[in-house]
Amino acid sequence: MKITRQEVEHVARLARLELTEQEADTFTGQLDAILAYVDTLKELNTDGIIPTAHAVPMENAFREDEVQPSIGVENALANAPARAESFFRVPKVIE
Amino acid sequence: MELFELTIHELHEKLKRKEVSSVEAARAVLARIEAVEPQVHAFITVTAKEALQDAAAADKRIAAGDVDLLTGIPIALKDIFLTRGVRTTCASRILENFIPPYDGTCVAKLRERGMVLVGKLNQDEFAMGSSTESSHFGVTRNPWHTDYIPGGSSGGSAAAIAAQQATATLGTDTGGSIRQPASHCGCVGLKPTYGRVSRYGVIAYASSLDQVGPVTRDVTDCAILLEAVAGYDPKDSTSVNLPVPDYVRGLANGVKGLKIGLPKEYFIAGLDPEVKKAVEAAIATYRSLGAEFVEISLPHTDYAVATYYLIATAEASSNLARYDGVRYGHRSAEAKGLVEMYAKTRAEGFGMEVKRRIMLGTYALSSGYYDAYYIKAQKVRTLIMHDFLKAFEQVDLLLTPVAPTPAFKIGEKTSDPLQMYLSDIFTIPVNLAGTCGISVPAGISQQGLPIGMQLIGKPFGEETILRAAYAFEQATEWHRQKAKI
Repeated sequence: MKITRQEVEHVARLARLELTEQEADTFTGQLDAILAYVDTLKELNTDGIIPTAHAVPMENAFREDEVQPSIGVENALANAPARAESFFRVPKVIE
Repeated sequence: MELFELTIHELHEKLKRKEVSSVEAARAVLARIEAVEPQVHAFITVTAKEALQDAAAADKRIAAGDVDLLTGIPIALKDIFLTRGVRTTCASRILENFIPPYDGTCVAKLRERGMVLVGKLNQDEFAMGSSTESSHFGVTRNPWHTDYIPGGSSGGSAAAIAAQQATATLGTDTGGSIRQPASHCGCVGLKPTYGRVSRYGVIAYASSLDQVGPVTRDVTDCAILLEAVAGYDPKDSTSVNLPVPDYVRGLANGVKGLKIGLPKEYFIAGLDPEVKKAVEAAIATYRSLGAEFVEISLPHTDYAVATYYLIATAEASSNLARYDGVRYGHRSAEAKGLVEMYAKTRAEGFGMEVKRRIMLGTYALSSGYYDAYYIKAQKVRTLIMHDFLKAFEQVDLLLTPVAPTPAFKIGEKTSDPLQMYLSDIFTIPVNLAGTCGISVPAGISQQGLPIGMQLIGKPFGEETILRAAYAFEQATEWHRQKAKI
């Protein structure tokens, strides 16, 4: 076994995903098969190889720090599930 | 010829000569959408009202003599592109009612040139899939045979072209999501080099792999649309500041003297005999046109799918963290506290494939596994990239299959994600290497399903693959074949 049911539940908590019992079962089996497949990478010796994060070599992209027009408060809040005045409203953070 | 059958360049000529108006063209396309949509389901949203307004505005421009190649052309976009005021869902329940407050850069560029937006196209949810079966809004069917998938994730983009529901479309390609559906639906589809096209206002899946590209009826249209969206954008720090070539002008330069590489790892035992036959016929065509072939090796090909499913899912798990029910999108009505609200919102909003990839990516990035999976995959990515760079020291471009088989049946692979992932084996390496690839119609199976071939170019070598694709198109009739729907 590459991954246990307990690990699946732990990862789901990290990912802020509530899984049903059935989803947790299904994912345990499927992730186990996928992880066994990706383990083929272990065959390769990658000592001294530099990891690639981006195919195009990049350095920091700087620009002048100038004020630009933005979408504005009303546009930013237009899709909010809940709002109060000019803020996003969320359930209680501290019980 | 009906107006909805025309290419961009054919319709442009008619608009320019005022043989037809843009409103007439838009009406013809909208009527076609209405007629075939019950069988195909390529669209999530049809923007009929807006399209007629766009078309009327285009007609005014044309009357004033201001005719760009894209002015008045009916275009549809994958529902991953943010369109101001037009619902953009990414085929997910979590964005079911999301109305973007701004246009992405590609959309803004097309609008400026006078595009007529006819609608937003179906796709796999968050572009995660190879069959357009993971959409929250139902499956798209292959117009050539409606029991079959159109490919994915840009399945709606390809199906709409094949079913003549738009003159041209844009898709996105993270592991083959433009080229594979283009191949399955008999269209031309190009994934540009990473950084060639801005990703600003394109909903992110795997940011180091995602690229925007055209899906069109022919190679000329592909060149026109690529040129329209390509270029540096200060709003996307990964876009590359290189001049955009005149892709159309170079098309007819031919392939005489071009050296084409055949990667031996792509001609494997599992390759469908009809796909193999189509690719071999394409090689013979190119030989007769004066191209030279060299067998080359991309030795790390077998590791590409595993590498991709670690890197893409890791990036996805991070990108999709933004769907938390706070600023936009679905929010669960059930939850009491904040953390519960996140978990329930995401449980209700995401489909199974998206959850699976978030899980895999979170696992690959989690403490204790980060080096073994994520960093390991990034190192193998380096090896895969070097394979390509080494090959391109010997040859100008590569010729390969796009997918190991023609389109498969709807439902055939939904229960086995790994089998689904392996259907992208020939397209994924191009994204990992960050270079460009195009799918061109090259055959039709006995089942009546299209087969494409792939030309892979050097980084920023779009001109060469377009020119080679055009030479093939001129020498063959495959792109003239039409789905009977």
